[in-house]
Amino acid sequence: MSRTEVRICGLGGQGVVLAGQILGRAAVYMGKNAVQTQSYGAEARGSAAKSEVIISSDRILFPKIRSCDLMVAMSQSALDVYVHDVKEEGQLFVDSDLVTKLPPSMEVHKVAATRISRCELGSATFANVVMLGAFTRITRLVSSDAMEKAISESVAAKTKTVNHKAFQLGFVLRESH
Amino acid sequence: MSKVLSPGTYFMQGNKALAEGAVAAGCRFFAGYPITPASEIAEHLAVRLPHVGGIMIQMEDEIASLASVIGASWAGTKSMTATSGPGFSLMQESIGYAFMTETPCVIVDVQRAGPSTGQATKGGQGDVMQARWGTHGDYASIVLSPNSVQEMYDLTIRAFNLAEEFRTPVILLSDEVTSHMREQITVPPADHVEIRTRTPPRVGEPYFGGTLVPPMPSVGEGFDVVVTGSTHNEVGLRFTADPTVHSALVTRLVGKIEVAAQSMMDCETFNLDGCDVGFISFGCTSRAVYEAVETLEEQGISAGFVRLRTIWPFPEKYVRELAEQARVVIVPEMNLKQIYYEVQRVVDGAARVVPVNQIGGGELVTPETLCHVAKEATDKL
Repeated sequence: MSRTEVRICGLGGQGVVLAGQILGRAAVYMGKNAVQTQSYGAEARGSAAKSEVIISSDRILFPKIRSCDLMVAMSQSALDVYVHDVKEEGQLFVDSDLVTKLPPSMEVHKVAATRISRCELGSATFANVVMLGAFTRITRLVSSDAMEKAISESVAAKTKTVNHKAFQLGFVLRESH
Repeated sequence: MSKVLSPGTYFMQGNKALAEGAVAAGCRFFAGYPITPASEIAEHLAVRLPHVGGIMIQMEDEIASLASVIGASWAGTKSMTATSGPGFSLMQESIGYAFMTETPCVIVDVQRAGPSTGQATKGGQGDVMQARWGTHGDYASIVLSPNSVQEMYDLTIRAFNLAEEFRTPVILLSDEVTSHMREQITVPPADHVEIRTRTPPRVGEPYFGGTLVPPMPSVGEGFDVVVTGSTHNEVGLRFTADPTVHSALVTRLVGKIEVAAQSMMDCETFNLDGCDVGFISFGCTSRAVYEAVETLEEQGISAGFVRLRTIWPFPEKYVRELAEQARVVIVPEMNLKQIYYEVQRVVDGAARVVPVNQIGGGELVTPETLCHVAKEATDKL
């Protein structure tokens, strides 16, 4: 693996920046180099937000994405804006209730992250981590152990338990479907 | 929590690394007012400083923030504030006061797209000239420019050291990308890091003259501390009409930085000896230059760069050295030609200087754009 470019995008408030932070930290735990950058609007919630993570065994010079290998879209508007630079052989992960218009010729993994978070955990807040669970299982980009450790290091102490539960809900999802 | 971050490798945000660098440098007072993209510095220090016996205070605005930082420094405490463009504008008057009163302190400006409120969450590099000339009157500034999370830590320590060494405010000029970026950082053992502290004067020794950088007393230690932004003599007494007192004071204040400019110039350089195309960049933009130079070399175009870690005093020596070799000097920056004109002045016709300017939306100039510009420029030779 020389360089993998991952974009996690959605709306402000969906936790896409935190999700990128967790992924980057997990990659570092696996002995890789990682750089995470972010872009969000001036509003607290609802504006376009993205988090970009570059993972590489080499030193990472330019910190932004030019050609995206893996993209997670948590909203339709984010998908529409950012899908253009996803590689043809790239993979797409979408929140299946919030992103319905999909590009025709791309490998798409549909994950009902927001619904699962709301139904199983009582709040949509953990949709980002549910998504990371599914993402980890399918891509095998980082190990689940590294992700669990990164979650512990990245979220507020009082939400650790529920975030680990969210991760597991996403991680086992493909098996049960 | 330990006094200084334990040695080791961390995956950390730039602003947090800056805050930890400040703690390692001995900063024990921070005053600020929240502003994107600098707020994480205050947030982190609000948690961190009380653990090391320090104080973080949120003031009513940026004017009061820097004023209290200056006061804390005179009370003998290493002090810092952090802001972004709009707050940096409000601080300009007090920056002049800190310079005139020779008050060591660190002022962080995390640049975003201005002028005015501009694009609050998007990065930019448009405060380069403000950092040099923002306050009124004759003035010399020291401005450092990090381009990685590691340098957010390292250059913050250097900023505190320079502030103490020269008894002057030092500006750490970051940008949204470098401040919000998370990447690996290696924290060295505390005894591997040089930390400068101020020397108090001997009894009767003047502390506003007598030598290029006079010793500095603290209030409450028995010294007769008189501090004024008005023109003052060697012992701090006001002289608001005498031309010789003013000339001596301000010439010394500017001179102490000009004299040391050579030793302060700090640049990262690559392939200065044999390059055809040279880049001059700073901050987040330089991350694109690294990759562009590699790509150009692979394509048989010899490329090199000077990356300004100290922007002011302007590292003329390195720029001149690059221009002696390179036929084309490319200056990418996220503003409309602020460093370009400075480069042109120093290059003085020795090479063709080509600007690459991109503003708005916080998007970085890409390595591809730089390669394209380099190829076009060399084709025309």
